[in-house]
Amino acid sequence: MKVLAALSGGVDSSVAAARLLAQGHEVVGVTMKLWGGESDSGCCSVSDVDDARRVAQQLGIAHHVWNFGDEFEQRVVEPYVDAHRRGVTPNPCIECNRHLKFDRLLRRAEAVGVDAVATGHHARVVERPDGTRRLARGADAAKDQSYVLYVLGQAELARTLLPVGDMTKDQVRAEAEAMGLRTADKPDSQDVCFITSTRGRQGFLGRRIELRPGRIVDETGRDVGSVDAVELVTVGQRRGLGLPGGGAPRYVVDVDVPATTVRVGPESDLMEDRVVLEQVVWAAGPVAGRVDAQCSAHGAPRPAVVEPGGGSGAVVRFDEPHRRVAVGQSVVLYQGDEVAGGGIVAPRRSPR
Amino acid sequence: MSDQLAYLDHAATTPLRPEARAAMLPWLGERFGNPSGAHRVARAARQAVDEARDAVAEVVGCRPGEVVFTGGGTEADNLAVRGVHAARPGPVLCSAVEHEAVLRPVAEVGGSTVPVDARGVIDLEALEARLTADTTLVSVMVANNEVGTVQPVGAVAEVVHRRAPTASVHADAVQATSWLPLPDLLAGIDLVSVSSHKVGGPQGVGALVVRGGTPIRALALGGGQERELRSGTHDVAGIVGFAAALRATLAAQDRTAARVRALRDRLADGLLDAVPGAVETGPGRDERLPGALHVCLPGVESEALLFLLDEAGVCASAASACASGAQQASHVLAAMGVPADRARGALRLTVGWSTTDAEVDHALAAVPAAVARLQGVPA
Repeated sequence: MKVLAALSGGVDSSVAAARLLAQGHEVVGVTMKLWGGESDSGCCSVSDVDDARRVAQQLGIAHHVWNFGDEFEQRVVEPYVDAHRRGVTPNPCIECNRHLKFDRLLRRAEAVGVDAVATGHHARVVERPDGTRRLARGADAAKDQSYVLYVLGQAELARTLLPVGDMTKDQVRAEAEAMGLRTADKPDSQDVCFITSTRGRQGFLGRRIELRPGRIVDETGRDVGSVDAVELVTVGQRRGLGLPGGGAPRYVVDVDVPATTVRVGPESDLMEDRVVLEQVVWAAGPVAGRVDAQCSAHGAPRPAVVEPGGGSGAVVRFDEPHRRVAVGQSVVLYQGDEVAGGGIVAPRRSPR
Repeated sequence: MSDQLAYLDHAATTPLRPEARAAMLPWLGERFGNPSGAHRVARAARQAVDEARDAVAEVVGCRPGEVVFTGGGTEADNLAVRGVHAARPGPVLCSAVEHEAVLRPVAEVGGSTVPVDARGVIDLEALEARLTADTTLVSVMVANNEVGTVQPVGAVAEVVHRRAPTASVHADAVQATSWLPLPDLLAGIDLVSVSSHKVGGPQGVGALVVRGGTPIRALALGGGQERELRSGTHDVAGIVGFAAALRATLAAQDRTAARVRALRDRLADGLLDAVPGAVETGPGRDERLPGALHVCLPGVESEALLFLLDEAGVCASAASACASGAQQASHVLAAMGVPADRARGALRLTVGWSTTDAEVDHALAAVPAAVARLQGVPA
């Protein structure tokens, strides 16, 4: 099989490419140039491209750099900024997987006659007896990335290889070490690739949108504090509000960006037993019934019942009440280790 | 991967001419020396550099003392723009289709660009309108690296000297050196950049011609080599190879140009025939460098096309590549008003001294096949 190895310059994709070669595939390396701005962790700095190229040289495979910067800006960065402007909490990694890695790159790969695209994600693609495929959790529970890959449908799964999904991170590093790959002890990438640790989210967003100070009120409407930027406050947030200590912890229960008002309350005000999803992607058609719902990249899966709604919606009812998931975040539905589908938390119809 | 290779990227770099290699070998072996020294070993190295200087002077049509050896075309361009600006700060202009080696220094010193027409030729009226009496430098390339458009540098010099008599005129001749009779073209030009590896010489060597009386300051200070303008011990082997490549180029310039032009024309005609909707970019072929072919191919993306061509053994390029190797949108095509959707399918094929009929044949088979493959897959 002819496989395009998406080389980010990190250890996982390096080992992924090496494993494909060892399995006898014809492999060509491609690094996506997504971000031209500041980055320190990211997947696209010149030094990461250097690492990817040096790994390709070591493996003896061709290496190309494809510039998808315009699409990244349009499909990932702009929606990320816009979401904050609306008081919604986006997950740019999921949108990058949806629109860049498993759409733009996959289509380009198909156009140039490549059979499959491989990445270094910690997740697995498993084939069912009926020939359909499912995305499943990676072998390393702590590094599992199936949550950010739920957007893969049958068409994408059929052309996706995840060669390190059955390895632990330690095994990946050990294998890289054994092969003498220069990326063997490179640190894991952190957080959002286009946000630098020095400037942070506030610095990044502040250059693109106006960040407005707001007031913090409690459940009775009484002013209890203020925030520098309402656009940066997330439902469920507890820290960083500058509220006086003592007493029961106070959580953000509502962010009203137009009114520049953040409402806080006790944890009980945050608890919900259901969540409505939109833009739902099903791995192989809608699923109704018992699932485990995971509400953040490394959150615990919670027993729930899902009921597909009209169009691309779904309602998830948790067995136990759950701290509210912010609008814009993704909830991924598992059956055992396999992803059945997932979607984005829809805006609440009427604020309480 | 195809075993056959068609190297059609001469605008990026050219293979080393055997004459250059032969001239360099002694300096990579038994011969050596710091040309600035005061003994026989140094003197021999100095003589090699001086003789090389004569070759550059001959190809450009200047006095040997006006040749400043540099570490390449980019350094020559930087020295011209930043060096003149340092000596005489003031408004700086360049064409909108200059190489980044000119564009970026011009931007850094606060300069601005002059538009070009649809052929990529500088708009002389716009240039005239932007010139002021205090303009200190105007930089216009002799021929463009992406589409090969030859600029009317003589007319540029005339306009500049009329409107801004004290301004210096710089011409980046990096792409033109192999093909055009520079001494005729460069009348009235004060500074000229040339590069070794575009003419069959080694990489990492170039020269800036600085006509006597041109105000300029050095960028790098040190031992004061190259009449104080480019300090640093000479790359004797590189300079010797550069000169040998220039001599070989000059000796056969007309013959090579005619042969390359015929190859380029056959390649262009063949591609336009085989790929419906393909559009040749730039002015008529006679107004371009003989080896330059730039086409926009419908329904394909340059990066995907280059990937397939690489697999087929055709070495080509699209626009300019950034440091990471990613393709970037071409500022040259944008300046020429080429619509963005057409520019997406840009392909540059540049023919040179080493190109054979077989390479053109191979490209004529591989390029249409790659385009057909990409057009066949719905995006």
